[in-house]
Amino acid sequence: MSAVEVIRRGPNPLRLLGRLALGALRQVGAVALFAARGLAAVFSPPWFPAQLGRQLLSIGYFSLPVVGLTAAFTGAALALNIYTGGGRLNAEQAMPQIVALGITRELGPVLAALMLAGRVSAAIAAELGAMRATEQIDAMRTLSTDPFRYLVAPRLIAGVLVVPLLAAVADTIGVAGGWLVATRVLDFNPTVYIRNTTSFLQAWDIGSGLVKAAVFGFIVALMGCYHGYNARGGARGVGRATTHAVVSASVLVFAADYLLTSLFAHT
Amino acid sequence: MSATAKLAWRGVSKRFDGPPVLDGLDLEAMAGRSLVIIGGSGQGKSVTLKLALGLMRPDAGSIQLDGEDIERLPDRARRRLFSRFGVLFQGGALFDSLTVWENVAFRLLNADGVRRKAARDQAVEALGRVRLDPSVADLFPGELSGGMQKRVGLARAVVAAPEILFFDEPTTGLDPITAAAINALIVEQVKRLGCTAVSITHDLASARTIGDEIVLLHAGRAVWRGSPIELDSTKDPRVRQFVDGLPNGPLTGP
Repeated sequence: MSAVEVIRRGPNPLRLLGRLALGALRQVGAVALFAARGLAAVFSPPWFPAQLGRQLLSIGYFSLPVVGLTAAFTGAALALNIYTGGGRLNAEQAMPQIVALGITRELGPVLAALMLAGRVSAAIAAELGAMRATEQIDAMRTLSTDPFRYLVAPRLIAGVLVVPLLAAVADTIGVAGGWLVATRVLDFNPTVYIRNTTSFLQAWDIGSGLVKAAVFGFIVALMGCYHGYNARGGARGVGRATTHAVVSASVLVFAADYLLTSLFAHT
Repeated sequence: MSATAKLAWRGVSKRFDGPPVLDGLDLEAMAGRSLVIIGGSGQGKSVTLKLALGLMRPDAGSIQLDGEDIERLPDRARRRLFSRFGVLFQGGALFDSLTVWENVAFRLLNADGVRRKAARDQAVEALGRVRLDPSVADLFPGELSGGMQKRVGLARAVVAAPEILFFDEPTTGLDPITAAAINALIVEQVKRLGCTAVSITHDLASARTIGDEIVLLHAGRAVWRGSPIELDSTKDPRVRQFVDGLPNGPLTGP
């Protein structure tokens, strides 16, 4: 066999690249179609308020401890790091403002979304995946009930409503964590710290974080629903769906964070 | 006995990866009769059922309900068709997060807009028809045995008095006594509702009990059709191999 033939018959890198690109495009298209179907179900009746209530509890209330703890520790660590960095520029006194800005614009919504990507996206994917494997989703369709309206729409709505609330909680607890470290470890005056924080923060600093959180909530719920709903291959497929949901939700949260931050950068 | 086809598969083909699972299937379920589809694993029984239920679309051919091609109906009309169907899934497919009565009344509550009190009453009545005590109504499916789950699935399938009942391997995983009880309940409910029934099964005892007509599916086609009595008397070598459980023969090749 000639060298040319070996190259021709061997793995063609261009073909491989093309196949990968097509696969990625197919996946993006499938997610986009799923999201469009989910949104159509959100905005058209019938709605299932009991399901929505259940999801609000499951996604929101039960995520409070993990989001609160993460925000508290992150706020405290951020205060210490900014104090250390600020010391090099003789700008230690700017620490309360930077902590508040960092938490409200960035860390509050991102941390809340990442915690939910791990906790909620995985749970949604596992639940819907198990329902797929045991034919419960098929059964629902034969019972004249659209699974997109009964299963997907309530989770998407709950994600969009609840993550901003969790981000607000994370903002408050994160700033409080910074305050605690600043006043107990770094000898900041408690009243001055709070005054500096509140006088510096603008409404849009908090608002932009909450808008981001709503988008992240949609992403987290969407990835859980998409991977769970399309799970194939029994228990192994459910496990795979769960992993894919967490990984894709986390990556998309970071990507959306960059896009939204660019959009809000000068506001 | 009516001679009209309630449900028909006309030249239906379906392929996934590899050879076709259904290859021009022509089959009819007559109104008011119980059709049982038997056949080996991978011969297209489940796909035949899922196509009729609208859970899959055929690559070619049509599925007709009362002479109307359901593939040509708009999505909303197709969804309305489901209100005429009742389905007992192989594993029961009960919703884990709902109680037994909420499972049975799922369609009444979520699609028909029946109030909870009335829906619960109807569900408990349906549970009684499948010989389940009202005390199980507030249990969750995970608290029931396999046989009880099948009964709950049957109650859910019949609660809204459907025109066609579908049974997907109704006795799989059950002991012979429980399987016989489920078969008897199926016969009783089909007779009570006067509906058409389509079942797929490996279980020949079940096929003989619940079927008025039996069809052998092989390589994506209906290769034999007859009554339960003819199933045992026919000399057709394909049926003989399947019924007698022979490893070699026309169904498996030389």
